[in-house]
Amino acid sequence: MSTTTSNLPQGAAATKDKSSIIGRGNKDGNQLFRDWYQELTTAPSRGEHSAYVFVMGSLAEVLQSFDIHTIFPEVNGLQTAVRHVADDYIAQGEDYGFSADVCAYVKADVGLQLRGGDHPMGKIPKPSMAVYTNACNTYLKWAEIWERMYNMPSVTIDIPGSRAAGRHTWSGHVDFENDLKYVRGQIGELITVCETVTGKKFDIDRLRETMHHTNVMMERYERLIELNKAKPAPYNAVTDGTVYLGVANGFRGRAEGAKYFTDLVEEMEYKVANGIGTTFEEKYRLVFVGVPCYPIFRRFNEMFTEWGGAFVGSSYMWFASGGANTGFQYDLDRPLDSLAEGLLVTTRDAMDTMFYSNRNIVDTIEPFGIDGVVYHPIKSCRTVSTGLADNRRAVIEESGAATLFVESDHMDKRVVSEAQLKNRIDAFFEGLATRRVRQSAGESR
Amino acid sequence: MPRLLDSYENMSIDDALIMCRDLVEDPDFPTVKKWREAGGKVVGHFQVYFPEEIVDAAGLLPFKVRGAQIEPRHGESHFGSYLCSILKTSLEIALGGQVVLDMFVSHPICDSARNLAAVWGRNFDYPCEILYLPQNPNSSHAAAYLRGEYARLAREVEKIAGREITTDQLRASMTVFNKNRALLRELYAIKRDTPWLLAVDEAYVLLAVGGMIPREEHNELLSWALPKIRGRSATPQDRMRLVFSGGFCEQPPLDLLHTIAQFSYVVDDDLLVGMRYITEDIALGDDPLANLASAYLDQSSYSPVQHDMNKPKEHMLLQQIKAANAGAAIISAAKMCEPGLDEQVAYTKALDDEGIRYFVTEFEERMANFDSLEIQLETFIENLLFA
Ligand code: SF4
Ligand code: SF4
Repeated sequence: MSTTTSNLPQGAAATKDKSSIIGRGNKDGNQLFRDWYQELTTAPSRGEHSAYVFVMGSLAEVLQSFDIHTIFPEVNGLQTAVRHVADDYIAQGEDYGFSADVCAYVKADVGLQLRGGDHPMGKIPKPSMAVYTNACNTYLKWAEIWERMYNMPSVTIDIPGSRAAGRHTWSGHVDFENDLKYVRGQIGELITVCETVTGKKFDIDRLRETMHHTNVMMERYERLIELNKAKPAPYNAVTDGTVYLGVANGFRGRAEGAKYFTDLVEEMEYKVANGIGTTFEEKYRLVFVGVPCYPIFRRFNEMFTEWGGAFVGSSYMWFASGGANTGFQYDLDRPLDSLAEGLLVTTRDAMDTMFYSNRNIVDTIEPFGIDGVVYHPIKSCRTVSTGLADNRRAVIEESGAATLFVESDHMDKRVVSEAQLKNRIDAFFEGLATRRVRQSAGESR
Repeated sequence: MPRLLDSYENMSIDDALIMCRDLVEDPDFPTVKKWREAGGKVVGHFQVYFPEEIVDAAGLLPFKVRGAQIEPRHGESHFGSYLCSILKTSLEIALGGQVVLDMFVSHPICDSARNLAAVWGRNFDYPCEILYLPQNPNSSHAAAYLRGEYARLAREVEKIAGREITTDQLRASMTVFNKNRALLRELYAIKRDTPWLLAVDEAYVLLAVGGMIPREEHNELLSWALPKIRGRSATPQDRMRLVFSGGFCEQPPLDLLHTIAQFSYVVDDDLLVGMRYITEDIALGDDPLANLASAYLDQSSYSPVQHDMNKPKEHMLLQQIKAANAGAAIISAAKMCEPGLDEQVAYTKALDDEGIRYFVTEFEERMANFDSLEIQLETFIENLLFA
């Protein structure tokens, strides 16, 4: 086995039966996902409430403690794209009046709402309420659409992010305490709304329970990311990573989510212990920066794997998990204060990995043995994409890393040119190969 | 500090407006240069709203960063495609050295602007940061939070100024800005009540020049100009009264405003609304910083980049149209401006519901050809007049 990972798995995982463990994460993840959509589809018939929320700061812990289902319109959107039906939904959003130049997630969701929630995975219920942070400003504009459509309670949780690159304050600092008080106050206001919507009293022990599940999940999620330092990497951070992200969001605050990530870490530890990688021979280790190209999800990945390019890291796994990669652990002895602190710190991290990710990327290169950085800004998402060209300049300047910069979209096929992508990707790998030859020539001299 | 404007007291109002127009369109921002040459320091703040009083109280020049009509030769390579122009040209004026700053502040107004502070910070050594104006003004905790955030900003500004900002200095600046906003309200009242005396592009240059000179000097200019505008001899014409919407961040070229003014009276707008965001005098009181913060939440206008449940934007637009006694609206947005484009949908639906006619368009600060827009606008207005 060849690995550079510190404290990698030993013991139990290494002795498990291979067939029962390898591939379990994707199989279980896909099953959980189907179950989840079924659960949502049937929720109204059981008189259960649903909240529309977003991946960065979903407040799932609070909502789950009231038995309110969390619905992620971003996940609904990407599901339409990977199932190749996004165009119809987007077209409906554009017919409604939305410009070709705004986030296609929003337009696909407008299409979905106009169809009464009919979605390839099930029927999406109307919201009893919406909860949204400012991690992406488009969340706010999106929520305004639902406010106009449904006239339901709508709760903003405004979470101040880092004021400048690397400028973090922590507990006890006057600025951190100011932010924390604001976030804590808004969580209190959210709880009041949940009580009104459900007619239930807030139960702090239920909150502790959901926070405990998230603790387990975040601890395992951080470990999962760490495990991909192994050579070969046990999972693909873009394709497999998207399955993991789906569960991390949809099952946050739930026992199933905690179990899933416990099992997943066991699987990956097993793979690392036994030197098992993904399905192809890993020649180049890559980190992906941006949002995946869902309209040609499989093909996009193949264009890299055909050359032996393995995505061992992905900024998407950082920010789209709402900062679960930090492994933040809530203090269950003071749940509400700790929830506010966790929300502030993890959402801040998610925002940092979008706006200031050059630091994270440079810090990933050595420990993950990165050969190249793949930037994939997308038309739809200015949150993630606006700064990537400048980010790339900074990463090259600091690390000299080989980089690829290709633009397309995560939803809108009209902006995805497979042939153009392929040309650029092929040229990138040719460059990587030349670099490698030069490096080994240099080393042997 | 020297006066930054050339002497205008002996000019005609028309010549003074030309002077303002030249300054507003000059990508070298000569007033800012003059300020620096005299040893002054400059804090650049990106659109839309910024509590300039804090910077002014520290003796620094608050400079409104609102892009420029230039080719972003350096700026372009720092950004990807699909972005509004103001981002690129704003960075351009800094990268190209047209404007030298001591600090840059952006705000979470949109996904692009938030990234701008990060981009700026990677390219300049001076402090570049985000001022987190609250996006949940409806929270009962927002005012206390914003007071704390302003106090944080004040500490950063003090580091640049090399001195403390006293409460009295802050009160003095707030007094100047209260006066400024009162004068700007007068300017807008002239445009609303007697639009034949003041075209939208003329009002605009008088407003915009305030973002590049100390506000005390802007007050002097406005106090001199307003009576002269009232004294103009133009007479009313049979023109459609319009509200122009979409100028809250990226600015339409002056020629576009001029084109619109040829066919209509723009009786209200949201151009540079950040300079007029606070709609009433702010009380000075014992804790002026707290009052400055509350004013942003409770005594303020609206724009697509602030989420406020108490101010649904389409209702605010309808109110604005009604208050200005306008018969129609131009619903514009800067190209690639996500919040502006999103808002167009809500605005046009609300206008449809009310039976108010509107013209939808997109613009870019550097657009130079208005021929087709001119024809479309003319047709729109003719249809309205002869409907
Ligand atoms: S702009 Fe980006 S982060 Fe925001 S909703 Fe769209 S895809 Fe998601
Ligand atoms: S023009 Fe629109 S997208 Fe561009 S910075 Fe301004 S608000 Fe943001």
